Amino acid sequence: MLRLDARRLGALGGSAAALGVTAVVAGVALWAGGYDPWTAFRALVVGATGSFDALFSISLVRSVPLILTGLAVALAFRAGVWNIGAEGQLYAGAVAGVWVGLHGAGVPAWALVPALLGASAVAGAVWASVPTLMKLRLGIGEVITTLLMNFVAIDLTAWAVHGPLQESRHVFPQTDPIAPAAHLPIIVPGTRLHAGFALAVMLALGLWAFFRWTRLGFAVRAVGASPEAAALSGRMDARRVVLATFLGSGALAGLAGGVEVAGVTWALYEGLSPGWGYTAIAVALLAGLEPGAVILTGIFFGVLEGGAGAMQRNAGIPSVWVSAMEALVILSVLAVDRIRRSGAWRAEGGTGGIPEAADG
Amino acid sequence: MADVGALPSFLEASVRLGTPLALAALGETITERSGVINIGLEGSMIAGALGGALGALWLGSAGFGVLVGAGGGVLVAAVFALFSIGLGADQIITGTAVTLGGLGFTGAIYQARFGATGTALTLPTLPALPVPVLDRIPVVGGALFDQAPTVYLAYVLAPALWFFLFRTASGLELRAVGEEPSAARAAGVRVRRTRLWATLFGGALGGVAGAHLALAHAGTFAENMSAGRGFIAIAVVVLGRWDPVWVLLAALFFGAASALQFLLQTLGLSVPYQLFLAFPYLVTLAALAGWVGRSRAPAALGLPWPAE
Repeated sequence: MLRLDARRLGALGGSAAALGVTAVVAGVALWAGGYDPWTAFRALVVGATGSFDALFSISLVRSVPLILTGLAVALAFRAGVWNIGAEGQLYAGAVAGVWVGLHGAGVPAWALVPALLGASAVAGAVWASVPTLMKLRLGIGEVITTLLMNFVAIDLTAWAVHGPLQESRHVFPQTDPIAPAAHLPIIVPGTRLHAGFALAVMLALGLWAFFRWTRLGFAVRAVGASPEAAALSGRMDARRVVLATFLGSGALAGLAGGVEVAGVTWALYEGLSPGWGYTAIAVALLAGLEPGAVILTGIFFGVLEGGAGAMQRNAGIPSVWVSAMEALVILSVLAVDRIRRSGAWRAEGGTGGIPEAADG
Repeated sequence: MADVGALPSFLEASVRLGTPLALAALGETITERSGVINIGLEGSMIAGALGGALGALWLGSAGFGVLVGAGGGVLVAAVFALFSIGLGADQIITGTAVTLGGLGFTGAIYQARFGATGTALTLPTLPALPVPVLDRIPVVGGALFDQAPTVYLAYVLAPALWFFLFRTASGLELRAVGEEPSAARAAGVRVRRTRLWATLFGGALGGVAGAHLALAHAGTFAENMSAGRGFIAIAVVVLGRWDPVWVLLAALFFGAASALQFLLQTLGLSVPYQLFLAFPYLVTLAALAGWVGRSRAPAALGLPWPAE
């Protein structure tokens, strides 16, 4: 199990080491693939942060769904709930959000954005409720069920934009644009950075406060650290904690879909998400499952994805390399965590060897 | 009547679509029996598909392609084993990372070789090899016994792996490692070595399953062509209750769920194509909900060893 103790995971030091390892491995891989790693990294960083517009209109905009889904994963993983379904929950939220944006004529203009975002959060939670119930009622592990629900959500979204939600001319596989009143306002004039960014940052800080100062937040951490001990304490109901965190995680991921529709695309189409729900796992792990740090790691991955296009255009390196790099980040975090832990074990008076060495 | 004519082709499609699930799920059955859950199976499948495609292209034979595909699957499983068994990292997170890495790196390699535009790649395909006599059985003969050799591999492996698991000493050791690793260790079984071999075996079959996708189904490679089949295969293991024979039957059942669209199309029913794509996943979820209550996973599944 990934221990969720922030001190030992060493939020900053460990993450920096993991990034260093990632950079070296990715550099070697790029070099082996016949590319110049330095050119690649420079094209990526310049493309993502080289201008005011690149930073605010591309990278930070890209970071919004990553922060929100990253929070969803961090919340679930903290409670020991393996929600790998943020991708599907995001799509469920996007479908519900766009539906409100299309059919919200009766809603007063000021209430349209809250209604859209609320619907997307509820839809994400509803989507998460299926694996939640299967886990709590039938004892079926959530890893497989959340993964399967992702594929269902993606296929149903495709059906919706080819069928009931297709734009009025029935030519393109996408919806009509949502009502202008449903658009999220721009928060940095002259860029595309929308209010979803501020919302994501506020939710991250709110989740941080939730873990730190509320009874339920404490219960979530306790259940994640050891469900047996939490149950034995007699003070908390592990099943209720799982229920609350699973649905909350789904709501955050669903909100990511609604925010993307209301802030960026203003319509729904197939392939809305290039796998944000999976990248979110890297975002959350690199942050040591700390909500505050998710803001930073979300922006980091936003820069990576934002720069991927420039890397492809200016250095001729396929942008799919960035998804390979995301996998390297997760593996590096795991490796650094394990190596630090074995060092800590030694320092605590072990015999100096890693205990596994007994096995051959 | 249309349904009489449609039935053999429906069965044929069920077997063809069920085979990659069966191969991957049979490998994962062995892996999970040793106490390791490898979500990276999807990564092994896509690596097997690319390996199969490149191998068939370079060596000019689909048969060699399958071997290269198995090698690709083993490579991905080795990365998973290094982290989850070697370092004792969490199996779910490692498996997710390995799947993402498999999809990313195969995409990168494919684009580097064949360009980002995705020029259609035409590969030598695995020919159907009819089994004498059996392929003459009315209705089902052609569907079951006039197929690619990888299909027969699944037929043979299911009883062979059942015999290995439940009738040999090594199989008993493997199951002991998955149920009570500490007791197995005390009895002299090398827990991590057993898990390593079980994981690499699962990766090899995942690779063969991917190669089957590229060489028996499509005759080409496409990015993401495994399309979540590795995850369905893991669900199939649960439905087959970690018993290879039942796992094969469960995989063929899901092949049938996927093939249903062809049957209904020939029957003239028009149901939107995207709903058919969702159907196998929904059936899997429903089957999990309906059946799983009566099965039990290996006791040490997903737990690192030695425990901390």
